[in-house]
Amino acid sequence: MLLSQTQAGHREKQQCAQSTGLISALQRPALLYNLCSVSVTFRLRDDSWYYPASFRRRMPAPIRLRELIRTIRTARTQAEEREMIQKECAAIRSSFREEDNTYRCRNVAKLLYMHMLGYPAHFGQLECLKLIASQKFTDKRIGYLGAMLLLDERQDVHLLMTNCIKNDLNHSTQYVQGLALCTLGCMGSSEMCRDLAGEVEKLLKTSNSYLRKKAALCAVHVIRKVPELMEMFLPATKNLLSEKNHGVLHTSVVLLTEMCERSPDMLAHFRKLVPQLVRILKNLIMSGYSPEHDVSGISDPFLQVRILRLLRILGKSDDDSSEAMNDILAQVATNTETSKNVGNAILYETVLTIMDIKSESGLRVLAINILGRFLLNNDKNIRYVALTSLLKTVQTDHNAVQRHRSTIVDCLKDLDVSIKRRAMELSFALVNGNNIRGMMKELLYFLDSCDPEFKADCASGVFLAAEKYAPSKRWHIDTIMRVLTTAGSYVRDDSVPNLIQLITNSVEMHAYTVQRLYKALLDDISQQPLVQVASWCTGEYGDLLVSGQCEEEEPIQVTEDEVLDVLEGLLVSNLSTPVTRGYALTAIMKLSTRFNSVNRIKKVVSIYGSSIDVELQQRAVEYNALFKKYDHMRPALLERMPIMEKTSTNGPTEIVQTNGESEPSVVEPKHLPPVSQPSNQANDLLDLLGGNDVPVIQTTLPTKPASAGGELLDLLGDLSLSSNSVPPAPSLPVAQPPFLLDGLSSPPLFNDIAAAGIPSMTAYNKNGLKIDFTFERANPNPNIAVITIHASNTTEAEMTDFVFQAAVPKTFQLQLLSPSSNVVPALNQGTVTQVIRVLNPQKQHLRMRIKLTYTHKGSPVQDLAETAALKLHGNQQSI
Amino acid sequence: MMRFMLLFSRQGKLRLQKWYTATGDRDKKKMVRELMQIVLARKPKMCSFLEWRDLKIVYKRYASLYFCCAIEEQDNELITLEIIHRFVELLDKYFGSVCELDIIFNFEKAYFILDEFLMGGEIQDTSKKSVLKAIEQADLLQEEDESPRSVLEEMGLA
Repeated sequence: MLLSQTQAGHREKQQCAQSTGLISALQRPALLYNLCSVSVTFRLRDDSWYYPASFRRRMPAPIRLRELIRTIRTARTQAEEREMIQKECAAIRSSFREEDNTYRCRNVAKLLYMHMLGYPAHFGQLECLKLIASQKFTDKRIGYLGAMLLLDERQDVHLLMTNCIKNDLNHSTQYVQGLALCTLGCMGSSEMCRDLAGEVEKLLKTSNSYLRKKAALCAVHVIRKVPELMEMFLPATKNLLSEKNHGVLHTSVVLLTEMCERSPDMLAHFRKLVPQLVRILKNLIMSGYSPEHDVSGISDPFLQVRILRLLRILGKSDDDSSEAMNDILAQVATNTETSKNVGNAILYETVLTIMDIKSESGLRVLAINILGRFLLNNDKNIRYVALTSLLKTVQTDHNAVQRHRSTIVDCLKDLDVSIKRRAMELSFALVNGNNIRGMMKELLYFLDSCDPEFKADCASGVFLAAEKYAPSKRWHIDTIMRVLTTAGSYVRDDSVPNLIQLITNSVEMHAYTVQRLYKALLDDISQQPLVQVASWCTGEYGDLLVSGQCEEEEPIQVTEDEVLDVLEGLLVSNLSTPVTRGYALTAIMKLSTRFNSVNRIKKVVSIYGSSIDVELQQRAVEYNALFKKYDHMRPALLERMPIMEKTSTNGPTEIVQTNGESEPSVVEPKHLPPVSQPSNQANDLLDLLGGNDVPVIQTTLPTKPASAGGELLDLLGDLSLSSNSVPPAPSLPVAQPPFLLDGLSSPPLFNDIAAAGIPSMTAYNKNGLKIDFTFERANPNPNIAVITIHASNTTEAEMTDFVFQAAVPKTFQLQLLSPSSNVVPALNQGTVTQVIRVLNPQKQHLRMRIKLTYTHKGSPVQDLAETAALKLHGNQQSI
Repeated sequence: MMRFMLLFSRQGKLRLQKWYTATGDRDKKKMVRELMQIVLARKPKMCSFLEWRDLKIVYKRYASLYFCCAIEEQDNELITLEIIHRFVELLDKYFGSVCELDIIFNFEKAYFILDEFLMGGEIQDTSKKSVLKAIEQADLLQEEDESPRSVLEEMGLA
């Protein structure tokens, strides 16, 4: 009754429509207005046809579903709606309590509507089960629908359905069987699947195609839930493909796909089906027009796509199968009509298959050309899939994709952001040594004009590509500077140190670079990364700037005072971040040895000795001390930077800096390589040794701001340059004079330390990770032992995020310097080295606890070990 | 396989939801809200696909209604558009020039049609005719259920 309303209403609404005419019909926007095959029915805007004139009112009867929907739709506010629904829910609950069978179906249907509006409906769960158990088809239909919407496998109630479904699977009416299959196939839990798999298998063998197609998809669901039941369906698959009915054929292909994807055995078994699948596909494309399965002139595209997908799985890394499908793939690729989306859907699937199987090279080129044609399509959806698929194949078919470069670059101008993003990724993938200049021109133009959301990725893409393929150093520097000037505030934090390193190493470009950067500084001081690099270079090469020696460009005439004016301007500018100010102050300091205006510089430095910014203040105080107490060392300390050695793996990580609030040490990496472990990691090790006062000395992460004035005082107290003691307080590297000196006197750290004749030892060897110690003793201080760890990796996968930590008893002091990398390459193809300095004033045997953390094959590993007593100060060490 | 299908209006009202994987009610609501926001914010010039979490979202607007499907990595976006279109065609044939109101007032019929077309996130039948025939037959079965009682009611005997 509840549901038969539509039929009666339908008749009535047509009568009404005829009398009211066309106008009201036009007011209702039809979902499909472009389908010529659909017969047009005139409709009324109001819903009066839902309520026949012979409206029978029964006193206790709850309101009808459509009436409820109409009432709820009249609600003007959310509150009003909630009130209506609460009232109705109360009525429904009491009806449920009375075990009213007549209106249960109507009530559950109403509940489902309210559920869709977002209101709770769980109290209808059991009622759904009662409906399913009813004999009436209407009840069953709503009951199963309700079960699918309100129940799922995480509520135990659903198991109560199992028996009903079992009965219904054996019902005499196929539509009841269909409902049961559909419910099982949509929401069956693994318990249910185990219990009912037998029934499904039986139905998979029937000759009734209505049930067979549903049973096949039900089997797919069973296999997804309980893969070990797969074999049960194997016999039934035998003649699935000889079926004529497309529903059964389609669902069978889905079932076979599922089985092949889940089990290599099944995959091997079903490879023999390739010729049959090829035949079906051939029939589909060769057969004439069949109205039942035609979609815009193409015969059953849904089936074609599924077959192509199954072929892809079967042909993958199998020569014979791939060979057997080559011809048909070529045929589909050339014969499919491409004016409509359906045709392109098939072509897209064909391309994916060609790419995945062992296809002939000619076919692969054909596939890439299809994607190239897609790029020119007016339909943005097709351009999108083309870019996505080209991105997938660019590694394997680089040259073929390269041919479509100009079309891809054109997609950078697309209006759709998703297409733009794909085009950008693909463009970067296509950059190589031959096209770098042209591609970069396009990409830099894109960087200029693109939305802010793209800038960061685009900038880092340009950096990477430039680093890999730069045709000349000058081009490289120009490109990076161009990025910094156009998208400076979007670049990643490590681009500043990277550029500085690049500039340092291009000795012949120094004059040119400093001149260009100085000019950029005059133009704009808002782009912080650019300003930082410019400050650094001005400090480092200020003498070249004022001497006007540039050969590449017309030299500019600047005076020392002008340069200092600019740098001082940076110190006071509101646009400068604290980091930038740090760069500027250090630059000014360096100029004290390059310029003659020492007095002016002294003044600036002393002013900032009372800056509110602690970092800047500390820097200024230290520089001031350099002027006053250690003026004789100043020229040596501020000497020009040597060429930095670059290792590709730790290049970006070695100098970890942020352009944000916290201030990195601007002391050059030469002086002391900043350690990349945060100091709090040392606390774990303190725990290990069972005490809080064990002196684990680890240099603090340079990004940590100096925390307190007290520490600053300590630092100053330590400025006595007695080289025979390691400062007891962990501190910023800048304040550790012994190391500062070490760094200056011997650029590659510790290379002047004579090996003390202690043989190396293996401290750890487990799970393929081997750690060897080699020993040296520091020359000037016999109490300091230098241990170099060498970590190597014999496994076939590299170990990433490698962190070595060590702890020693409190009579020792220990300092870990930064590791050469945090990645231990696989197969012994390299080692990570890290220097440990141990101060051992009492000349005891050293016992060391080590903690290793790293990520291996995607999973994090952590291990602890203890070394045996090491005798560091004799000629032997005992193990 | 298709993970779920949502139908919602331009105003962000959910009209139909079908989930093919077990998902908690709260998660469902959160996902629906999130997706509606994303999809409704997209401009007409943008393409019909987007990446969302680990899924691909394919959506298409028909008059005031958005049809939105979540599919997996290996699924074909273009054929998913055809699946959506086929569903709309089925609704259109069944209701006769379907509009949003039909789906609101006859949501259960819309579900029946969907369940006859898709099952467990896969297409069940590629022929429009056989899907509609099955629905018609089931509707007839339902009417048979009702008619004897209606006659009794007509005569005032109920």
